Amino acid sequence: MAKVTMVEAITLAMAYELEHDPSVVVLGEDVGVNGGVFRATAGLQQRFGKERVMDTPLAEALIAGMSIGMAAQGMKPVAEIQFSGFIYPTVDQMINHAGRLRTRTRGRLHVPMVLRAPSGGGIHAPEHHSESNEALFAHMPGIRTLMPSSPARAYGLLLAAIRDPDPVVFLEPTRLYRLNKQEVEDNGEALPLDTCFVLREGEDVTLVSWGAMLHETLQAAAKLAEEGASCEVIDLASVSPIDFETILESVEKTGRLAIIHEAPKNCGVGAEIAATVAEKAIYSLKAPIERVTGYDIPMPLFKLEHDYIPGMERVIQGIRKVLEA
Amino acid sequence: MDMDSFELGDLANPRCYTEPLDIGGCDPVLLRAQLRMMLLIRRVEEKIGDMLAAQKIPTPCHLGIGQEAIAVGVSEYLRPTDRVFGAHRSHAHFLALGGEVTALMAEILGRDAGCSRGMGGSMHLWGGSVGFFGSVPIVAGTVPLAVGAALAAKKDGESAVAVVYLGDGAAEEGSIHESLNLAAVWKLPVLFVCENNLFSSHMHISLRQPSNRVARYAEAHCIQAATVDGNDLVVVSRTSDDMVAAMRDGGGPRFLEVVTYRWRGHVGYREDNDVGVNRSTDLTLWKRRDPIRRLVDALTMAGGWDNHAFHAMDEAVKTEVEKAWQQAETAPYPPASALLDRVYAERH
Repeated sequence: MAKVTMVEAITLAMAYELEHDPSVVVLGEDVGVNGGVFRATAGLQQRFGKERVMDTPLAEALIAGMSIGMAAQGMKPVAEIQFSGFIYPTVDQMINHAGRLRTRTRGRLHVPMVLRAPSGGGIHAPEHHSESNEALFAHMPGIRTLMPSSPARAYGLLLAAIRDPDPVVFLEPTRLYRLNKQEVEDNGEALPLDTCFVLREGEDVTLVSWGAMLHETLQAAAKLAEEGASCEVIDLASVSPIDFETILESVEKTGRLAIIHEAPKNCGVGAEIAATVAEKAIYSLKAPIERVTGYDIPMPLFKLEHDYIPGMERVIQGIRKVLEA
Repeated sequence: MDMDSFELGDLANPRCYTEPLDIGGCDPVLLRAQLRMMLLIRRVEEKIGDMLAAQKIPTPCHLGIGQEAIAVGVSEYLRPTDRVFGAHRSHAHFLALGGEVTALMAEILGRDAGCSRGMGGSMHLWGGSVGFFGSVPIVAGTVPLAVGAALAAKKDGESAVAVVYLGDGAAEEGSIHESLNLAAVWKLPVLFVCENNLFSSHMHISLRQPSNRVARYAEAHCIQAATVDGNDLVVVSRTSDDMVAAMRDGGGPRFLEVVTYRWRGHVGYREDNDVGVNRSTDLTLWKRRDPIRRLVDALTMAGGWDNHAFHAMDEAVKTEVEKAWQQAETAPYPPASALLDRVYAERH
């Protein structure tokens, strides 16, 4: 079994599907000859040819729209958007068509496409290269939104995304691309969708996070364990739809909940989780729910980036608040 | 506004092209079938207009009365394996491919028997069995989808093509240019049919574009284009036949601009002749450039066809439309459970 980074795991998953499913194609800006701005498609065109791994013009709306057209005609396009903010021109196509073709035709057409894009900050690039926009897509019916937090989950979830009959927005935390290596068996086994992953079991507080913030959240849980606090850490993974069953079960056990995400707080996915827990499990709560999030501002440039992204200190502070309430 | 400086010239002048069609070399049996289809589309849309006026249809509808020759001409040489896309004014596109009148009427009434099973209404028509993969009222919205469908068609290798109807207003949207560009670079079999009816909503093209000839955008992207009289069934038919044949042979995309005029307003049953540049005068003149009347005159001149034959055809069509409306009106609505069905695939 090879140890790979998250971006290598993503390449492995696409290569596996290109190899095993002739309807899969990869397309996007610079994905072919160049291998992608983050190297996620490196080597794929050389291996599978220009018909399967296609360089497109700089035209995000078209990339999304034609992927929808291809998918509705039996292909399985995996489209790459270079940076998180470059995804906005696709939103028209994703909202107006991708998420609705199944309902609009009462199931006679569906859109098995994946729109991959980097997500979040930590790479010292401004605004559009570093923002977290998962809540936008989570709000759209008919679309799945996934965010992996490790090489193995990136591999398994991307396979699941490509095989899923519905459109999937697959947001890849940029600062995790090369953060660490993990053993990933390239066996084509997909992970389940609609499911949270409990990464650490605990009794005193439930921590729900996703994407890159899992990194700080797990570190915080380890640190607090030294002080005798037992944290249960849940990787949301599927940002939409959300597996509330696992979250509610955990909150009913611990009685405390902190939600940690990098995206701005206002109308973020954390708000939906907090609201649902309040609706369904408020009598299990021993303390108010705490959200540790980015600020409600556009993503700042590198000097202030680490003040924006909640660091260990802010995460621990938030968890302590819930524990001590 | 100096209309003469506009590139379309006589094609946009309703005083021109009013004579009977030149039907030399055409198959009279085919022409009569095409006439019947144009008539069917018109009577369906008139019925929809009447029912809108009578407040029997609770959802907005866009009528294309006066533009019937385009869909009928373009559809003639298409196959059920082709992939056709429409926009907000697409009743004709659906019917000309062979979509059922009852399914259209039922859809407009939001019934389960509708072509989109009551989920779409007038603006979201679907007819997979006849090759119609959907109309969507987001202007230019389906154009990138058609480019994708053309790529899928090319990969399927059965010389199928994609066709997308768009209006002159759609040419002002950015995704059109993204689509024309890539279709040309990748030589995709997609026919862009621009129904240039000189209006986008209530705005005349002279207020929106520096030229009224939309095909110039295709030429800018190195796509072979033709601009023809959209109210001439024979010309539309022949031009699209040539274009589609070239596309089936791997010739890449084509752009067909068909100049026409919308007899009714942007939305609803009214003529809106108080709205827009010269609309009141122009509408009266454009009604003389009627695609149906010009074909009927040509058939009559050629012999073997007369007023009596026309009225017999018209009566039969009207009966068919009336029957379809009555069937649609009594069809059930989708069950409330349809609301939450099929947002995602069912998981087992």
